[in-house]
Amino acid sequence: MKVRVDVMLKTGVLDPQGEAVRRALGNLGFDGVEAVRQGKVIELDLADGTSEDDIKKMCEKLLANTVIENYTINVLSGEVQ
Amino acid sequence: MKAGVIVFPGSNCDRDLAVAFERAGAQVSMIWHKDTDLPGDLDIVGVPGGFSFGDYLRCGAIAAQSPITRSLIRHTERGGYVIGICNGFQVLTETGILPGALMRNSNLKFICKPIELQVEKADCAFTSGYELGQKITVPVAHHDGNYTVTAEKLTQLRDEGRVAFTYVDNPNGSTGDIAGVVSKNRRVLGMMPHPERAVDVNHGGTDGVAMFRSLVDSVVAA
Repeated sequence: MKVRVDVMLKTGVLDPQGEAVRRALGNLGFDGVEAVRQGKVIELDLADGTSEDDIKKMCEKLLANTVIENYTINVLSGEVQ
Repeated sequence: MKAGVIVFPGSNCDRDLAVAFERAGAQVSMIWHKDTDLPGDLDIVGVPGGFSFGDYLRCGAIAAQSPITRSLIRHTERGGYVIGICNGFQVLTETGILPGALMRNSNLKFICKPIELQVEKADCAFTSGYELGQKITVPVAHHDGNYTVTAEKLTQLRDEGRVAFTYVDNPNGSTGDIAGVVSKNRRVLGMMPHPERAVDVNHGGTDGVAMFRSLVDSVVAA
C-alpha cells in the first residue's frame, strides 16, 4: 500500500522559508499572496495490512518533530488495518 | 575525568571537542554511533557539532535514532553529564533529552562568525567558571539555530533557571534570545555556539576554556 505523510509546521510557528517564498512571489509580480507555508511530503510503500497505529508511531518517532510540526496521514492505495 | 565523544557520520567538530576536553585534563575516548553501549565509566558525554547524516529529514533527527543514542538517554536518566554543541544540541532536542526544537535561522542564512553571549546562569557545572551576566565571545556556525519553544515553555525555562546563555544580539531568531539551555537536573547542556572552538589563542579567542575547566573540576569533585 502507498501512504503519503504531509508534515507542516504548526500554526503559530513562524515559517521563515514560507515567508521568503511569499516575498519572492511578490517580487515576481504576483499580488495578493497573503501567506505561504512550506512543508514536507513523504511517500511510503508499506506492506499491506500495516496498522494505522504503526504509521502514527512512524510519524511521531521520526517523520515529524511534534514540538513544531503537525502531520497528516493519507492512504493513497491499499488498506490500512 | 573520563569524557566520551560520540561520532556520527557527518560529525565534524568531534576532534575539536576531544581536544578541548583533553586540554582541560580529561581522558577522552571516541565512540562510534553504531556502538550500542557507552563505556560504563564515563563522567561526561559530548555530542559534537557537524552535519550528522547530512542533516537529512531534520537536523539531528536521524542521529537521534542511532543505536548509541538509546545508551545516551539511559546515561542522562542515571544523572550523567552531557554537553551537546550545535548539531549535538539539535540531536539532544530531537531525542527529547532537552526541550524545544532548532529551526531554520530566521534570516535563512548560514551564520558563521564570533558572537557575543551573556552568561545567564553561573551555578552549574558547565558555567561555574563564568560570572553571572558576563559577556563572552564564542563562534557560531549554523543554518538551523533558531531555538523554538512555546511562550509557556519559555516562561517555564526561565522560572526554572534553565537558560544558560543568551545572545547579546540575536542572530537567528531564537525564542527569548536563547543560545543554550540546561536540563532540569543541570547535568545536560545544549548550546548552538561552539565553546570548543574558543580554547586556543590561535582560535581567535579563549572564552571557551573556562567551560571545560569548570566542567572537569566540578565533575571530579562530585
